[in-house]
Amino acid sequence: MTRYQRDYIWIGVFAVLVTFAIPWFLWGNTVTFGGLPVWLWWHIGWMCIAAVAFAAFTRNAWDRGMDVPITGADDGMEDRADG
Amino acid sequence: MMAWRTEQMAESAIGIELGVVAAYLVLALSVGIVGYRLTGSDAEDYYLASRSLGTIVLLFTTFATLLSAFTFFGGPNLTYGAGPEWILVMGLMDGILFAILWYVIGYRQWLVGERHGYVTLGEMLGDRFASARLRYLVAGVSLFWLFPYIMLQQMGAGEALVGLTSGAVPYWAGAALITVFMIIYVAASGLRGVAWTDTLQGIFMLGIIWIAVAWVLSSAGGMDSVSTALATSNPEFLSLGGGLYSPQWMISTAVTIAFGVTMFPQINQRFFVAKSATVLKRSFTLWPILVLLLFVPAFLLGSWAAGLGISVPSGSNVIPVLLTEYTPAWFAALVVAGAMAAMMSSSDSMLLSGSSYLTRDIYRPLINPTASTSREGWIGRFGVAGFALATFAASLFRPGTLVEIGDTAFGGFAQLTLPVLIALYWSQTTRQGMFAGIAGSQVFYLLHVFIPSTTIAGVTVFGSTYLTWDFALYGIVLSLVLTVGVSLITTAGADEQTEAFAVGSRSQSRAD
Repeated sequence: MTRYQRDYIWIGVFAVLVTFAIPWFLWGNTVTFGGLPVWLWWHIGWMCIAAVAFAAFTRNAWDRGMDVPITGADDGMEDRADG
Repeated sequence: MMAWRTEQMAESAIGIELGVVAAYLVLALSVGIVGYRLTGSDAEDYYLASRSLGTIVLLFTTFATLLSAFTFFGGPNLTYGAGPEWILVMGLMDGILFAILWYVIGYRQWLVGERHGYVTLGEMLGDRFASARLRYLVAGVSLFWLFPYIMLQQMGAGEALVGLTSGAVPYWAGAALITVFMIIYVAASGLRGVAWTDTLQGIFMLGIIWIAVAWVLSSAGGMDSVSTALATSNPEFLSLGGGLYSPQWMISTAVTIAFGVTMFPQINQRFFVAKSATVLKRSFTLWPILVLLLFVPAFLLGSWAAGLGISVPSGSNVIPVLLTEYTPAWFAALVVAGAMAAMMSSSDSMLLSGSSYLTRDIYRPLINPTASTSREGWIGRFGVAGFALATFAASLFRPGTLVEIGDTAFGGFAQLTLPVLIALYWSQTTRQGMFAGIAGSQVFYLLHVFIPSTTIAGVTVFGSTYLTWDFALYGIVLSLVLTVGVSLITTAGADEQTEAFAVGSRSQSRAD
């Protein structure tokens, strides 16, 4: 996988995190679980998923788009095409 | 006899409440003063704690500056009146969008700031575009929108004490109390002091809000009965959306506030203070978790209060009223004290950053370029006192609700975000482009804030929305179009440092 493909994957991940931070597909839903609406449980889960995704980003892709050598572990061997 | 005894009990409860509030504020003040003892006298230390903040302190100090009256009292008031969907808006806004901006703008600014030694946003842009006027403009716009947000804290504190003491302490006295504490605190402490208290407050508030939830739930008969009560009294609250919460409103609010937060002086200046990139990385990861831990319980309390039939007198906030009803007086007082102290430290951060904008971006370059650092320090402190007194005076008129005022201020800051973002990444941005983008969007936004809506030829202009989307979003788009468009048709001046924001390879190749 090239560096640019990875860039696009991360842009995609962030786009998904933003898009479904509000669970639009549950619009008008009134089902509750354990006293709380299901959409609130979605929020709780989504924030945890976001934290995991952000952690992965800091490990593998930090410095992406910053025009400095990428510090992530599995990117260390990549050639910099735009140097 | 009975009436007399009740009155006496009420009086002793108010004594306890005020004692707890005062003791907590004094404690927070003393931590700040210890921080001051450790603070050097130069501006870099006073304003940036010598760029030495570690993960926990940076995270909490950024977080605590968000723990303002807006989140603590405004948020629960909103969920009390309109349902708990505000949690989703805040999650999108602070947990996701702000975290991404933390990287895209914050980390970039950190890289650039570390290389060139910038302390303020205006300084960074003024240097890059070789324009002192741009620096004044950015500082001036920031100070202008800081004004309502500081006023908001004073209003929140005034309302908090009214709610806690059932009106025995008048609104103006609470607002005055926090103003006095703010001024002493900022004058006596620098960022190091503020950062320390922010960390303590942040941890304290996270803990106590969960205790408050547990206490209210157990006094009110447990989660099931609270939930059933809410489903009976306000069934529409459990359904996602409806009422105030339209998709357009939720998206507009989340985007405007997330963008605005990034340009808040006290938040933006935090981007320059991290000790290392590792600190920024860890904070970035923890962001959604902190949002989850704080906002879910705080905002649920607001909605539950509606189900429990709490009635909130006009001019006070739901959280103090709910806690006074369901928890002992001392505990309610402790939560209010914690919230007030959080507002105090968040105002202090704002005032501190505001004063660095005032002295570094306006006073020194415009009025007295040869001012000594100690003179600059005194100007900054007098500036803080004057600013806080002016916002106090304005807070007495109570020009809107907490959420309305906060939203207006955030929207004003949000107009700056895209021009700054473009300047950070696009080396062909020109000085004229920046002026057009910043000034144009500010004029557009101000007209919509201050001119009442009118209908011309069947079209409503200067209203709060166009085609159901908030006018602040149109301002943001306008700032983008103007910055890019004008940059494309103008050429950069010979004195502009087009590569100043290039970090890494591009600037290295220039150095070769």
